[in-house]
Amino acid sequence: MLFAVLVGLALVLMLVSLSSGRLPVAATDIWAALVGGASPNVRMVVVEWRLPRVLLALLLGMALGLSGAIFQSLTRNPLGSPDVIGFSTGSYSGALVAMLILGGGPQEMGVGAVIGGLATAMIVYAFAWKNGIQGFRLIVVGIGVSAMLGAFNLWLMRQADLPAALAAAIWGAGTLNGLGQSDVKLVAAVLLALMPLTIALARPMRQLELGDDLAVSTGVSASATRLALLVLGVALMATVTAVSGPITFVALAAPQIARRLAHAPGVPLASSALVGGLMLLAADWLAQHAFASPLPVGTMTVSIGGLYFVGLLLREIRRS
Amino acid sequence: MSMGVTLGIPATTRAQRAVRSRGRSKVLALVAGTVLLIVAMVASLLVGVRTIAPEIALQAFLGFDPTSVEHVIIRDYRLPRTLLGLLAGSAFGVSGALIQAATRNPLADPGILGVNAGAAFFVIVAVGLLGLRTIDAYLGFAMLGAVAATAVVYAVGASGRDGATPMRLVLAGVALSAVLSGIGSSITLLNPQAFDQMRHWSIGSIAGRDMHIVATVAPVIATGHLLALVLARPLNAVALGDELASTLGAGLGLTRVGVAIGVTLLAGGATAAAGPVGFLGLMVPHAVRWFSGPDQRWIVILTAVFSAILILVADVAGRLLIAPDELEAGILTALIGAPVLILLARRRKATGL
Repeated sequence: MLFAVLVGLALVLMLVSLSSGRLPVAATDIWAALVGGASPNVRMVVVEWRLPRVLLALLLGMALGLSGAIFQSLTRNPLGSPDVIGFSTGSYSGALVAMLILGGGPQEMGVGAVIGGLATAMIVYAFAWKNGIQGFRLIVVGIGVSAMLGAFNLWLMRQADLPAALAAAIWGAGTLNGLGQSDVKLVAAVLLALMPLTIALARPMRQLELGDDLAVSTGVSASATRLALLVLGVALMATVTAVSGPITFVALAAPQIARRLAHAPGVPLASSALVGGLMLLAADWLAQHAFASPLPVGTMTVSIGGLYFVGLLLREIRRS
Repeated sequence: MSMGVTLGIPATTRAQRAVRSRGRSKVLALVAGTVLLIVAMVASLLVGVRTIAPEIALQAFLGFDPTSVEHVIIRDYRLPRTLLGLLAGSAFGVSGALIQAATRNPLADPGILGVNAGAAFFVIVAVGLLGLRTIDAYLGFAMLGAVAATAVVYAVGASGRDGATPMRLVLAGVALSAVLSGIGSSITLLNPQAFDQMRHWSIGSIAGRDMHIVATVAPVIATGHLLALVLARPLNAVALGDELASTLGAGLGLTRVGVAIGVTLLAGGATAAAGPVGFLGLMVPHAVRWFSGPDQRWIVILTAVFSAILILVADVAGRLLIAPDELEAGILTALIGAPVLILLARRRKATGL
């Protein structure tokens, strides 16, 4: 039921996004354009300009939601998102180094972002490790490492000439601008490969949520499952970051919203992915159309997601 | 008094000895700090891409010659820079000491709790949306932002039965900083001119500010310091716990309001002038407590001195490290301060509170 509602909402949002813009297109024309009818102009606007962006918003959002769900299940903590452990700041550093120091293009920035994000996440994790991982320590260590990298990032930006710095800042906020069909294919391929793997691990993941002892007694290898899940979560996050730059707070908020909607005790994987896709669709529509000129979608997710984070905090506090 | 009774005489004399040696160590720390501060200020005047001889620097003040490049460097560049280091450094440090005392939170820092982010955000609004360009115009905005952020973080962190725990305050600060930076970057990305101005300002630096900026924030920061000293005694009572503090007659509500105003003046004023410089307010009060003991009056005084030293040393080091280019003081304080934060987080005391 919930699933059907989420899918329906996603379709509506996609339709709205496809129809809005400088050239408004009626819903009937969109359908005609998608199946090959309508005038060539409308077809170009809908299929070639708007569709890749809409699909990317959905797919990237799904990847973020799924990655967040995996991380939150692994850390058994609603705050256990890749954003919190410095992945975003680190990937921004990696991309800035690739762009401003090594003079690389989008591909090199993608590679730099993945390397930077992974290295940072590992460093934060290692510093926060002390007989296990405790949520608050992870967050504070994340703040510290992010602050150092943030200072480095600001310095790199200050060195660069204005157009390069502005381009870097837009990328660093997380944006779907300038992406096309080849990116859709890449993201779709990655998701097609990783999603079945995640679904296959869903059952052992649930058992791990109940505690290692119980999981082991039901025949689940705790450390192997955990490692596999970690690799999956990171791979999903890294793909998004490489394509669009660090889009923050979706991975944090989507699984929590999905959990509330589903009234589930654990983090539901499929609904988290769908909520993530919905969030990014909505955020990108806002970023594109709500302001005088279009903004990077990441500025929307960080503002809305951050407010949600505050709300989450208040809720947890009231309950305690 | 009760301590002496329960622990017996030997313990009392040991405690007295400890108090006396603390007393000596804090006076020593103040003397050493003052000397170091003077050295740091002199170094800040003389050292740089163009190092200037002391006698020429002295001449620049005694017999200013507007045609001498070195005199102009001293009077128009190095002097405001040094004075701003003194003002902003001490302000960021003391605001941290105030928050730490008021919240009994070892991780409190205007940077971590989002106060600097609040001030920075309001400055971005002033520059990016309202088109203001000078510090006179946005100083008020910085302070408004600081007070708003303090209020929000405290309200979020303190709602709940057991009050503002360090964890909640930090989380509320992180969330608020994230939201504000997201909205802030939306504003600057829409306005390339504001983006250009903000990318320099937001690093946090005492370089390139003229005497006018220094003169504008000096009274604000000085008032904040005075307030911090006045608040020291009630905050000493707060350290004993809320209940004991109110039985001792310390007006808790009034003290908290005073702290909020002090933090606003100090962090808001310093951020308006230097940009958001993090971690001074975290590191320095912690380090200073080794010498000062728990007395808030000494913590404030020593923090003011050593924070100013730290930002000046960071600034001078930044001029030398990658000469002829410069590293901003805000970058160096983050590189020094973040490891301190990580160390504190790894200590059980800080996170287990």
